[in-house]
Amino acid sequence: MKTRILAMALLIVAGLILAACATPTAAPTTAPQPAAPTTAPQPAAPTAAPQATTGDPYKIGFVTSVTGPASSLGIPERDTALMIQDQVNKAGGIKGPDGAMHKIEIIVEDDASDASKATLAAKKLVEQDNVAVLIGSSGSPASLAMVETATKNSTPMISMASASQIVNPIAERHWIFKTPQANQPVTAVQLDWLKANGITKVASIGVNNAFGKDSRDAMNEQFKAAGIEILADEVFQPGDKDFTAQLTKIKALNPQAVIVHATPGEGAPLTVQYHTLGLTAPLLHNHGIGNKDFINLAKDAAEGVMFPIGKLLVANSLPDSDPQKAVLLKYIADYGAFTNGKAPSSFGGHGWDAVEIALAGLQAEGPDRTKLRDYFENQVKNFVGISGIFNWSPTDHVGIGKESLVLVRIKDGGWEYVAPDQYAAK
Amino acid sequence: MTPDQLLQLLIAGLTIGSIYALIALGFVVIHNVSGVINLAQGEFAMLGALIAITLTGETALFNRAWTVNFNLPLFVAVMLATLAVMGVGALVYLLVIRLSHTNSVIVQIIITIGIAITLRGFALIVWGTDPYRLPEFTPGPPIPIGAAVLTRQDLWIIGSAFALMALLYLFFQRTMLGTSLRACAVNRMAARLMGINVSHMMLLAFVLSAGIGALAGIVIAPKTFMGYDTGTYLGLKGFVAAIVLGGMSDERGAIIGGLSLGILEIFAAGLLSSGYKDAIAFLVLFVVLLIQTTGILRRRRGIREAAGV
Amino acid sequence: MERATISPMTDPVSLDAQTRRTRILARHPNLVAFGVLTAVLIALPLVLRNNYQISILNFIGLNTILTVGLALLMGYAGQVSLGHAVFYGLGGYGVGILAQRTGLPPLAAIVGAAIITGLIALLIGIPLLRLRGYYLAVATLGLNVIFLLIATNETELTGGPNGLAIPGDLTIGGFTFDSDLKFYFLIWLVTLALIAVSLNIVNSRIGRALRAIDSSEIAAETLGINTARLKLQTLVLSAMYASIAGSLYAYWIGIVSPSDFSINFSIELVVMVAIGGLASVWGAIFGAAVVTLLIELLRNFLPQVLSGASGEHQIVAFGILLIFIMILMPEGLTAGSLKRLRAWRKKT
Repeated sequence: MKTRILAMALLIVAGLILAACATPTAAPTTAPQPAAPTTAPQPAAPTAAPQATTGDPYKIGFVTSVTGPASSLGIPERDTALMIQDQVNKAGGIKGPDGAMHKIEIIVEDDASDASKATLAAKKLVEQDNVAVLIGSSGSPASLAMVETATKNSTPMISMASASQIVNPIAERHWIFKTPQANQPVTAVQLDWLKANGITKVASIGVNNAFGKDSRDAMNEQFKAAGIEILADEVFQPGDKDFTAQLTKIKALNPQAVIVHATPGEGAPLTVQYHTLGLTAPLLHNHGIGNKDFINLAKDAAEGVMFPIGKLLVANSLPDSDPQKAVLLKYIADYGAFTNGKAPSSFGGHGWDAVEIALAGLQAEGPDRTKLRDYFENQVKNFVGISGIFNWSPTDHVGIGKESLVLVRIKDGGWEYVAPDQYAAK
Repeated sequence: MTPDQLLQLLIAGLTIGSIYALIALGFVVIHNVSGVINLAQGEFAMLGALIAITLTGETALFNRAWTVNFNLPLFVAVMLATLAVMGVGALVYLLVIRLSHTNSVIVQIIITIGIAITLRGFALIVWGTDPYRLPEFTPGPPIPIGAAVLTRQDLWIIGSAFALMALLYLFFQRTMLGTSLRACAVNRMAARLMGINVSHMMLLAFVLSAGIGALAGIVIAPKTFMGYDTGTYLGLKGFVAAIVLGGMSDERGAIIGGLSLGILEIFAAGLLSSGYKDAIAFLVLFVVLLIQTTGILRRRRGIREAAGV
Repeated sequence: MERATISPMTDPVSLDAQTRRTRILARHPNLVAFGVLTAVLIALPLVLRNNYQISILNFIGLNTILTVGLALLMGYAGQVSLGHAVFYGLGGYGVGILAQRTGLPPLAAIVGAAIITGLIALLIGIPLLRLRGYYLAVATLGLNVIFLLIATNETELTGGPNGLAIPGDLTIGGFTFDSDLKFYFLIWLVTLALIAVSLNIVNSRIGRALRAIDSSEIAAETLGINTARLKLQTLVLSAMYASIAGSLYAYWIGIVSPSDFSINFSIELVVMVAIGGLASVWGAIFGAAVVTLLIELLRNFLPQVLSGASGEHQIVAFGILLIFIMILMPEGLTAGSLKRLRAWRKKT
């Protein structure tokens, strides 16, 4: 009996291992068909010369959190990547440095918002699928865990997460880049508004995870330096739904403004409860609530909420001279068409920037990992993206800062651009 | 903290605590009749709320491939959603639990974990990752009590939780069906000998628990909103509340456990540290457990069976 | 799954196979299995093509260390733990903090972390193991919550939510483990050693005493077994196993963060043990392998079967598979499939 069990166990494991080995490459992830035909992609496909030969597809590895707590970031990122793949391949692919047209293959892996699964996914993409460039992941811990795999395998990696440690210290992050702004410039914009309004006492409440921590760190550093007193630095756990305790404490301290570090899942009920409890101080969120969900959920309570964010949300009200305006409007239209009318979010924008920069690199250098990295570090100049205008350099692997951000106020269920000269008004 | 602020914390604790109590009650009803710890209890709450939300307004489903617009009145939507989740509860029993012939509690728990993962996955496919909001049952400004406030929805939450508990009490104590259910809980074999169809009773327990869970999810959805993963969080809290005072087999223990957990959490966050809120709540529960390892409200009889895995 | 007994020839099937080879197999099943496993492990890197596949095996190895320890606690001593990831985390954070603060060499840090974890398990275990059944389950779950909060909040010590980078490579006696393959051999060497320790325990007087506790604690007490002490010892041992796995994980990946030690992972470990068959060392190894491979296979295969399949569909498939396995084979996958095979043979 015992021996038979052992034999059976070994057999099953051997079978599973064989099955695992038998799949050298995952099938290309097929994208759902967009409702309306889309036009050619932005920087990528030049007019497809009919006589161009067809080369092997260029492979991009894309690790994102489709499931788990970070899935509200991961899903728009994935949809954006699949949208771009669809656009580029419909246009015949991109023309590589060898003169041939190459289709692109974006291999999407779900890390379930888990650092060790992200590592494994990164290894699969780099080692087995042999991708030219690695994009991911949605969350900071998962991105940090992938850093080693990318570095050891000399593969360029573009993260879509916020923590500044992902690209710092830069000497150790030779291969790593990222597209979202760090939290520091976001805080800097909040600080400008506070200063313009003569506010010196604030209270803070934030989610107790990597995103909230990074944002709170930036706040504690910059506000203190500017002489703004932080009366309370409260936190809540991801998934919490009742914030009465923290808000009651804050209410008793009577701050002149309250800073929130959260995403819509918690940020929206928090904002509603803030009003219910009768707090009236101006509410400043950070860029975590930058999608339509927040307004849909918080409804009336969202009115008057302000937050710094990339220009995507207020693309329509930007002056035509703004170099990003055309790119932003096209992304909004394309994304809506591809996803049957979903409103775009800044998270999808981070994905757009990462994929499009990768495509620009592939177009110029082909799928050579070292050349791609060098291209990213030295050739990504004035790249007009969704989150900002990127200028990567040997000393800066983020390449966008405060200038890429605007202050947005929620008004009548929509977003309103607040120009810096209007900060003090109202 | 001023008395008003303490009152405010108490209100918040009671509100969230009555939801924990309802979820815990769902655990106990199933466990008493069938011996199964149903870790998918929180998913019933999530499904109830999401279905009710879908029925009340226009919702885009399946990654926006299909937009539905029912626009049913709230009351009808709540009823239909509860019935639908009761149907899911019946399916869970008929398709899964009834087919599993194991006495191992661990194996049963893993089966219900499988159910929870599956239901959550389906919800993710149908509703996506976005949280949704159910309109308040009776919109209006909150009711001031001193400097503290009580929202109308808080009243609905606390009120319906207690009304449901009272109804369940009457059902268990005064109806033939309820008595049969209780008989199964006391001694399944004896109940069978008395001509009670135990399998039907288990089905009833699952349907009943699913209904309780769904209602809990629905009444709290206007306050906390609901996403595909909110159920996990509610289920975990309900699981703790169901065990800690009543050993998973005492309805009163589950209710008091849920209320105390809610109040404890809020007070820990308000008075001590919001970062360690859950840790403090758990530490207090540990101490309670250690002082009275058999569960505070547990009747002396049958302690071993109740607590033993 | 059958309890490990040395008495041969209990199985009617083995009676008709009287070759010398099968006799050895029947008399020393553990030895033979150990040999086969070692041979397979040495051969596998020759077949595997890349570090991704090696890495899956590394994860299986780490999960095996965890499940073998947990199986001792759950299957033999009968104690349910929904917080085993805590001890894994203590090993991971332990080496990071020790290496960072004291500059201990890696091997000493791993041993140090294991000892500290053992001590913590001892201290927690004294009150904790007075709880039984569901109470213990909920208490261990609480332990996991508290551990995660400490790891998230005590940024100075643990690096907070972004995680703690492990300083330096794992170097033992001048040899640096700096590739997936080197870690493969290290992890599996440790795994085999710990399997051997567990098999010895299970087949010793202690193992019999543990099984006695599992079937009836009161009966065991009357036989003169000090159940409380024995359970505590098992907890400490399985905690130290987990700590060693955590330390190896930390050095291999180079960073640990709270999400690595979530309640989800604790539950995943319980699933692995149950799929293997509760009271069985070999079953635990098997469970670790099946669950780890299953998750990876779903990732690879599902998109081919169902076009456009993604993470959402993978978790549904995983949930349904889990239900199926546990309904059809509640005694674990190996014992279960064997039983079915025999029943089918009898029919035909």
